[in-house]
Amino acid sequence: MEPVKRVTGRMAPLDRADVDTDQIIPKQFLKRIERTGYGPFLFYDWRQAEDFALNRPEYQGASVLVTGANFGCGSSREHAPWAIRDAGFRAIVSPSFADIFLANCYKTGLLAVTLPESQVRHLIDLASEDPAAEVSVDLEAQQVRGEGFAYRFEIDAFARDCLLGGLDEIGLVERHQSSISAFEARRDAWLPSVK
Amino acid sequence: MPATLGQKLWESHVVHSTPGEPDLLYVDLHLVHEVTSPQAFEGLRLAGRHVRRPDLTLATMDHNVPTRGGARAADELSRKQMEVLAENCRREGIPLHQIGSRRQGIVHVIGPELGLTQPGMLIVCGDSHTSTHGAFGALAFGIGTSEVELVLATQCLPQTRARDLAVTVEGELPLGVTAKDIVLGLIGRTGISLGQGHLVEYRGSTVRGLSMEGRMTVCNMSIEWGAKAGMVAPDDTTFKYLERRPYAPRGAAWEEAIDRWRSLASDADATFDQEIHLDASSLEPHVTWGTNPGQVAPVTGRVPEPRSDTDARALRYMDLLPGTAFADISIDRVFIGSCTNARLEDLRAAAHVIAGKHVHPKVRAMVVPGSTTVKRAAEEEGLDAIFKAAGFEWRNAGCSMCLGMNPDILAPGERCASTSNRNFEGRQGAGGRTHLMSPPMAAAAAVTGHLVDVRELL
Repeated sequence: MEPVKRVTGRMAPLDRADVDTDQIIPKQFLKRIERTGYGPFLFYDWRQAEDFALNRPEYQGASVLVTGANFGCGSSREHAPWAIRDAGFRAIVSPSFADIFLANCYKTGLLAVTLPESQVRHLIDLASEDPAAEVSVDLEAQQVRGEGFAYRFEIDAFARDCLLGGLDEIGLVERHQSSISAFEARRDAWLPSVK
Repeated sequence: MPATLGQKLWESHVVHSTPGEPDLLYVDLHLVHEVTSPQAFEGLRLAGRHVRRPDLTLATMDHNVPTRGGARAADELSRKQMEVLAENCRREGIPLHQIGSRRQGIVHVIGPELGLTQPGMLIVCGDSHTSTHGAFGALAFGIGTSEVELVLATQCLPQTRARDLAVTVEGELPLGVTAKDIVLGLIGRTGISLGQGHLVEYRGSTVRGLSMEGRMTVCNMSIEWGAKAGMVAPDDTTFKYLERRPYAPRGAAWEEAIDRWRSLASDADATFDQEIHLDASSLEPHVTWGTNPGQVAPVTGRVPEPRSDTDARALRYMDLLPGTAFADISIDRVFIGSCTNARLEDLRAAAHVIAGKHVHPKVRAMVVPGSTTVKRAAEEEGLDAIFKAAGFEWRNAGCSMCLGMNPDILAPGERCASTSNRNFEGRQGAGGRTHLMSPPMAAAAAVTGHLVDVRELL
């Protein structure tokens, strides 16, 4: 994974709460066997409405998605962060994320950060009033910054290290080879095996 | 120190722990299906890695499979995805229950019915409804594809410790009220994100009184209120269900296992980060009216006034007006199926309602058993004959119209009474409108052609 330190760019506002992964990437697009190529299908059904925010020309090329609480609820499909990334976004700011979606974002190198409802509201309003406004989502400083504001965010320390270092998590786990083997030797013999 | 069931399950799977880092947990069973695994296998291949424990990995085909006709998927991409799974399983030595196999079925139905899902285990799958397996007192949760790759390679998963939440349900379930209504009623109260970051233990006399099938229905929908996992402490009901299942321990090992399993309960003085109490005796059959599972109400009521933008948007999508009695809402389709409600007990409950009656002429209704094993068992006791005589389509096992990745989908604008778990926009087909409910409620809707209180038919 490429290291992620800071994302700077324009915002696209998606002023809805509880956006589920079925909306982010509908199921008919989950049949690919690759990790890429999902961008055109991001919010596919919602995009059919002409006035959908992400269709507007001023938000093309935005790299920070700002949206309502409980973003990414529903299924475990990692295709959701893949699609968001493929569509050009590198960071998502929301008051809260669903657990599996958040884990998937970190694995995909998407910088998903939470800010209090009032600060996210400010960002959504700002993006709506001034689509050219730029923000920086700075993982090293743990801040979302723009003209006249700097909002501190908290993030899981390990996830932060992995993103900053672009670490291969499998490689990290493989370092514990001897602990894993020792654990396997202790497992009860009657535990099921499919062989 | 007193511990909750969730803490005990967690502790017993820690391979390695470093302060400030996630715990490294060992996975006892990794379930795999065709949709969320191809990129994981590809990642392994590119890195020259192999599956560490194919003996603890089981694959099935469920999301894409057609539920009628032959074993061939309807479209090229689905076919390709299934071929890729078969090839990956062959290469890595992973057992696969493919279409046409005697044990094929929805991943969360076959694990328990094979006796692979046992108390005390840690079970993961690239599917959010993995929480189902928690009904056995296992720690079970859904993971993404990168995590699938990690588990395939190492059989381990780094996880940040979750908080504990207890849901205590007391009181006798009234006639016509099911496990589905417990969990829908619960989500109606909590909303759809309260469970985030929590291991939920369902407890209390009502939960104790549920069958394993009912407990699975409740645990299945834990993810629908955001929970990391849902679980029920194992007891005699659990042991009775498991005994003599194909992968359950036998003889002396069975006795040893039971001894261990009996210790899997929260200590009396254990504390939870949050507690919720629910009175089962006051519950009614529930139906959803919106586009998330928290937009739900007793069927005796009316479509509510919107309380938020999300509600207003949901009502527009569902084409419903506030104040409309639920019983005045006509339906076009009925789907009895999914990992939530397609086990034998669910089919029996639905068959009981429709026996001797007929599906309303304007309604198209189908039953999709959760597994080939469930289908066979249902046929042995004649349930298929009851459904067919009533005008239901009797299909082969699969995820079917729960998510519509296969030919089973709603047409735009169609309204469906469904026993599945998600009523998201377009979930069952673009433009389709889903009302979630229990199997008896869906059966009653099939007969009357509209949403209806099943108690009127009992």
